[in-house]
Amino acid sequence: MFASYMINGWIMATIIAVVAGAVGLFVVLRGMSFAAHALPLGAFPGAAAANLLGISELWGLIGFSGLGVIGITQLAQRQRRDVATALMLMALLGLGTLFLSLSGHYAQGVYALLFGQLVSVSRAEIWPVLALGILIIAALGLGFRPLLLNTLSPDLAATHGISAGRADFGFLALVGIATAMALPVVGALLVFSLMIGPAAAARSLTNRPATALLLSVCLAVLTVWVSIAAAYISDWPTGFFVGTLAALLFAVARLSRRFHRLP
Amino acid sequence: MSFFNLIFAPGFFASAPVQTALVIGSAAAIVSALIGVFTVLRGQSFAGHALSDISSAGGSVAFLLGISALWGFLGVAVLAAGALELAGLRRSKERDLVTGIVLGAGLGLTALLLHLDIGTRSSGGAAISVMFGSIFAVPASMIVPMLGVSGLAVLMMGLIYRPLLLTSLDPNLASAQGVRVSSIGLLHLLILSLAVTLSAMTIGAILSTALLIGPAAAAVQIAHRPGRALLLAGLFGLIATWGGVLLAYDSYTWTPGQAWPVSFFITSLVSLIYVAARLWAKRPVARRTAEA
Repeated sequence: MFASYMINGWIMATIIAVVAGAVGLFVVLRGMSFAAHALPLGAFPGAAAANLLGISELWGLIGFSGLGVIGITQLAQRQRRDVATALMLMALLGLGTLFLSLSGHYAQGVYALLFGQLVSVSRAEIWPVLALGILIIAALGLGFRPLLLNTLSPDLAATHGISAGRADFGFLALVGIATAMALPVVGALLVFSLMIGPAAAARSLTNRPATALLLSVCLAVLTVWVSIAAAYISDWPTGFFVGTLAALLFAVARLSRRFHRLP
Repeated sequence: MSFFNLIFAPGFFASAPVQTALVIGSAAAIVSALIGVFTVLRGQSFAGHALSDISSAGGSVAFLLGISALWGFLGVAVLAAGALELAGLRRSKERDLVTGIVLGAGLGLTALLLHLDIGTRSSGGAAISVMFGSIFAVPASMIVPMLGVSGLAVLMMGLIYRPLLLTSLDPNLASAQGVRVSSIGLLHLLILSLAVTLSAMTIGAILSTALLIGPAAAAVQIAHRPGRALLLAGLFGLIATWGGVLLAYDSYTWTPGQAWPVSFFITSLVSLIYVAARLWAKRPVARRTAEA
């Protein structure tokens, strides 16, 4: 399980979990689950497009999630946010089916992109992900207070000169980048589980933002580690364990909160 | 004749798979577009999308068991609707979160089932056909059950039309008038799962949102009366589906030997229709401001 070829995978997964846990808390607090689901799913055709163009997958993914972020914020100005998200997702996925079918290696590639593949991570692939991860954490650290204020009380934030539209766009962009870097490893469908499961559990357990952030990150890392280990032992896909564990964490946190509230 | 052949590649009308595709595609498009209008009005696009994504687990089970994908999609979509309701979809504040958690768990299950599909039946194509649809591969024997499901969905919608509309537009008014808002909500989810099943068979589980939300969102932009919105949504859905099937069939002749996916054409047409509807809806407003 800790053979040398697995070490890169462990490092990569840990970086991704830290970022997903931190970004995820704000996704949960801002009620942006749908966008956090739509961005990775809409971005995954970017990998196929990158294959067609012969550039690195990461850039294709960043390009597509950038399109998604811009599209959602633009459409949401004159449309309910959930409808805007659904429309953008649909348009990107439609393009995706075309790219996937044109780019040849269809079936296996699709499964890997949707559900993730942790086996073949090379040392060279870690550096860009680490750089992006540090960038996101730094941005979150710098913007923590204004973002939190905007999340919890948009009106109060506006009086402090924090525009709701800009905060929305900036945060969505962070989600987009986090998505692009996590996607090849955890898969388009489960980046999202990793973002909201641990974060939702953390929020149920504590009301203090900083504690919740820390807890969310720890739970996300734990989820990923357990999932990789379980996947290694059982030979079942990592994605299955991530999805199930995230839901379990949430259910347990919910139950424990209900239990504590009872006199 | 040559112009005719340019639009309809030779053999379009004689091909049995095309005929089947047109019939089930129409049924899926109409049912999805109609319930889609209510879904858009209720602000439940995420729930609609989640149901279709989760139903992919059903498609994978069906693959594993060797039964028709229809029953797999249907069973899991109905179960997922029940799970969403149980998990507290009613409290709107937590709705997105709970939907997301259920969605994540469902997708995890799909990952496992597809993994088993690929392992046991060595069919890498399972992921593609479940996720992105394979309308030309649906056997003609599925027409009757699929029309049955469509009929059931339309019948249910007809029976609860007024309370469904009222709860979608103004839940408070509806409950003041004695409508049981929560049971109507559950029925809406059930009809939604029927629609999602049909669309998943047509354009695939993760794309069925296109037929559900796209035509409805476009229709709501233009029409200001519920009846007209329903009519327009159905029409838009049909245009996109027929156009998509036709273009996909024609694409055999563009790139010899390789057809472009139907789902690509359907989603592109839906996107175009939505953009056109937005431009159309903008027009009178611009004129009004110009006059003023």
